[in-house]
Amino acid sequence: MTVYDLSKNSQFNVLTMPEPEREINGVYIGDLLSWVMGKAQYDNVWITIMSNINVIAVASLSDVSCVLLAEDVTLDNEVLSTAKQKGINILSTPMSAYDAAIELSGMI
Amino acid sequence: MSEVLNFHFNVDGNDFTSAGQASIQIKKNLRRLGLDPETIRRVSIAMYEGEINMVIHAHGGEADVNVYEDRIEIILKDNGPGIENIEQAMQEGFSTAHDQIRSLGFGAGMGLPNMKRYTDDMKIESVVGVGTTVTMCVNL
Repeated sequence: MTVYDLSKNSQFNVLTMPEPEREINGVYIGDLLSWVMGKAQYDNVWITIMSNINVIAVASLSDVSCVLLAEDVTLDNEVLSTAKQKGINILSTPMSAYDAAIELSGMI
Repeated sequence: MSEVLNFHFNVDGNDFTSAGQASIQIKKNLRRLGLDPETIRRVSIAMYEGEINMVIHAHGGEADVNVYEDRIEIILKDNGPGIENIEQAMQEGFSTAHDQIRSLGFGAGMGLPNMKRYTDDMKIESVVGVGTTVTMCVNL
């Protein structure tokens, strides 16, 4: 499944999707950035409620396929434009991290 | 490549929001060199953790990345307060970061352990009141 396929699900809203063809091979949930960098795998969807600018750097360095903001967390425009620039896909969902992971599990 | 490639960066200690610029640039540079994605990931994450540490604890510093034929060396040097007890600092979960840093998602006490995890060799030289130099190596 690609990030584009994920974006077709009405539960997930695209905030920015500069690289829609990125493959999704799993999910990692976490809000402590160093923890995420230590554990998230290449091509994971990273579900988080953190939305500061450092999230973009962590997503880029960990090479996750997209960031999924749970609980309808929003992003500042500055963060959004940095994400676009760095080629980081960001989606949001009204679901909790738990429910989003269940939904993703059925799709992957 | 028989010659050593050097990339040098000044890490700005006053701007937490721009921390990571050097690591992201390194990631791009290593991609251009055609290194495998996992090596690039390891180098750039280890460097980012070091960069964040320099911003959180040491008002910035300098970062050098040297690319040799058989390894990549990352040297992070700061003139910060130094690390009193390196063994304690290396423990997962140990952190001296303050609450503002924690609210940004850092300060989980995973920085140095991640740097060690992602590199093949790591050496910390630190003098309290003088500064810290971290040298990391990733074999190619």
